[in-house]
Amino acid sequence: MNIPYHRSVLLIVVPLVVLCLPAISDAESSCISCHTDLPVDELSQPAQNFTADLHNLAGFGCQDCHGGDPTVGMDDYELAHSASKGFIGVPDEQEIPGLCASCHADVEFMKQYDPKLQVDQLLEYRSSHHGKLLAEGDDKVATCVSCHGVHGIRPIDDTRSSVYKTNIARTCAGCHSDEDYMAEYDIPTKQFAQYKESIHGRKLMDEGDLAAPTCNNCHGSHGATPPGLTSVSNACGSCHANNLEYFNQSPHNDAFAMMEIGKCETCHGHHDVEQPTREEFGIGEDSKCLDCHSEGDAGYTAAKVMAEGYDSLETTLDQARELLERAERGGVDVSLGKFDLHSADDALIKARTAVHYFDTTKYNEVVQAGLIDAQKVIEQGHEAVDDLEMRRIGLAFTIPVILLVALALYLRVRQIERTKPYA
Amino acid sequence: MTDPKRPSTVMSWLDERLGLSSVKELAMHKRVPMHKHSIWYYLGGMTLFCFIVQVITGIFLLLYYRPSAEAAFESVQFIMTDVKFGWLMRSIHSWSANLMVFFAFVHMFSVFFMRAYRKPRELTWVSGAVLLMLSLGFGFSGYLLPWNQLAYFATKVGTDILGEIPLIGHWLLTVARGGEDVTGATLTRFFGVHVAVLPMITTVFLLVHLVLVQKHGMSKPIGKEYENTPQMPFFPNFAVRDLVGWTLALGILVTLSSLFPWELGVKADPLAPAPAGIRPEWFFVFMFQTLKYIPGQVLFINGELLGIAGFTLGGVALILVPFLDRRAQREERNAVVSAIGWTVLLYMVVFTILGYM
Repeated sequence: MNIPYHRSVLLIVVPLVVLCLPAISDAESSCISCHTDLPVDELSQPAQNFTADLHNLAGFGCQDCHGGDPTVGMDDYELAHSASKGFIGVPDEQEIPGLCASCHADVEFMKQYDPKLQVDQLLEYRSSHHGKLLAEGDDKVATCVSCHGVHGIRPIDDTRSSVYKTNIARTCAGCHSDEDYMAEYDIPTKQFAQYKESIHGRKLMDEGDLAAPTCNNCHGSHGATPPGLTSVSNACGSCHANNLEYFNQSPHNDAFAMMEIGKCETCHGHHDVEQPTREEFGIGEDSKCLDCHSEGDAGYTAAKVMAEGYDSLETTLDQARELLERAERGGVDVSLGKFDLHSADDALIKARTAVHYFDTTKYNEVVQAGLIDAQKVIEQGHEAVDDLEMRRIGLAFTIPVILLVALALYLRVRQIERTKPYA
Repeated sequence: MTDPKRPSTVMSWLDERLGLSSVKELAMHKRVPMHKHSIWYYLGGMTLFCFIVQVITGIFLLLYYRPSAEAAFESVQFIMTDVKFGWLMRSIHSWSANLMVFFAFVHMFSVFFMRAYRKPRELTWVSGAVLLMLSLGFGFSGYLLPWNQLAYFATKVGTDILGEIPLIGHWLLTVARGGEDVTGATLTRFFGVHVAVLPMITTVFLLVHLVLVQKHGMSKPIGKEYENTPQMPFFPNFAVRDLVGWTLALGILVTLSSLFPWELGVKADPLAPAPAGIRPEWFFVFMFQTLKYIPGQVLFINGELLGIAGFTLGGVALILVPFLDRRAQREERNAVVSAIGWTVLLYMVVFTILGYM
């Protein structure tokens, strides 16, 4: 087969070029090779950190944000940093959201990396409190790099990322807990201290339970805004949906609106939300119902009825559990009873949620359903305990019979050896 | 009016056809030497009693047990909760299985230390050693059958060891498991092995063992002090004494099963993480613990492989004991053999305890 001369040259040159591309690309990174060894930390650290940055790993270089020409080599500083090569140096705070968005808001461009990636961060950011203040010229507010970091950015699902779920609260606290930094904004700075002691904070930060919320789950992330009085309950309701739904149907809904107090936080607090306890409702000393209601009014009676219903359900479930445990300690298999008890236990959780109806009729329906289930488990528990007692009685009768047989056989041995002695 | 001679006529009729008199002769001629160590002679019978209990309770369980990954756990749960005395049968089966292995080990060591494998009882020892290994096979295959979490992962670890054997390891592993992993296929074949293959082989070896014991009688320990020991007829004297022991053993089994019924645990979930503290049944723990202590690499040999090779050699040596201890064949005591026996016993006890610490 005859190949024309120019084609045969191409056949050699093209593969050579392809093979040499990585080497050429490495040789082009004069930003990194020069900055890494600079004696000033401010100039060397970014280059060093950038090696682990997800943008670097995806093939982006310094010039993609800062401009300049990294291909000119290490000897021509002026040319590499010249405006003619698009060099912008360190971007101004005001420029950062737009700079990031030049790629991150480009649907077509971002699709190449992950079709699921969000591309409306800039829009959200402009609607946020941070974004609005930045637009007003406040350079102290958070921009993209304040939360995601810079030159060492990691994916959000990387546990080392500053915006990984368990790290978010600390990242926000970096500014929001700094009294001096926040002084001019006149907002509290104890949110993080309160949050980390709250049930949400302990679950997420101590136990690593990723279902627990952190700052952005209530405030939003790129569109972060303090939820107003009317919307804070929607934030709570995004997870505690039934509680909010029942509350909205309750007589408290209109009453709270009239008094201009929050649906959820009035009783539960917000950043310092704690695990609700039985003592918080009813007519006991620690009851939150008594903050507004007093003996003689309908709310007081309803609180009393609901607390009694809850206690009755809890006592019945405890009784069922005690019976099953007693039988189990004796070795009776009660796995089916325990399974039923588990579903009866759910009634207790439902009852805690149903409190938010603040309506004794609706609440009692839930409690009654639980009581019926618990009663069935009690019957199973009694059967298991009866079974255990029958086993004990059976053993008490069997052992003497066995011992008697053994004794009779032993006497037979004696008799045989008396009548037919061996030698 | 009944003919008083009729029973003997029936016996004669049967004897002519079945040769019962030779069986009776085999049973009657056996003598049991009575001396300070005679207590150890009861242990073989005790192991046999546990085996009989296993057969009876095993057949009962077989009526309800369903050997599939979907139904095994539920069927055992059904036996434990809904079947009359099902809990008792299963608990007796489990307790008796453990006692059987225990008595088999004690029997084996007592026979070893009394040198009862001396001529002409070499084959009695060999058949006994095989029966001990078959008992371990029963234990291993039966452990998985309730299909609970602990048994599932213990079987996974146990069968993984097979895969370490060079050349045929992977093949052995897939044969044992019925595939690459422990699945319903493993359960089905373990069930088949537990209720058909092992009982068939055990029946043959047990018959051989019992016939040989009857034929040669009980061995006297080595030493002049035993030369003039009295001899007790096996029938009826020793057999009734055996029965006393069996009756008491039944009482102990019923008491243990009633007060400490065997737990069922939670159903096996192959996707769940392995539970903490997985270990095989107690009679495999000394081997399991040994494998844990052996370094990953000993010189150029895989440590686990070295352990498996050691246990295999140990098993072969156990079977060949009568042919290795030449001095015993000459009616001489051998301190080295005793020292080896005590060392092995101590090693097994210490490593089992370590496995539970």
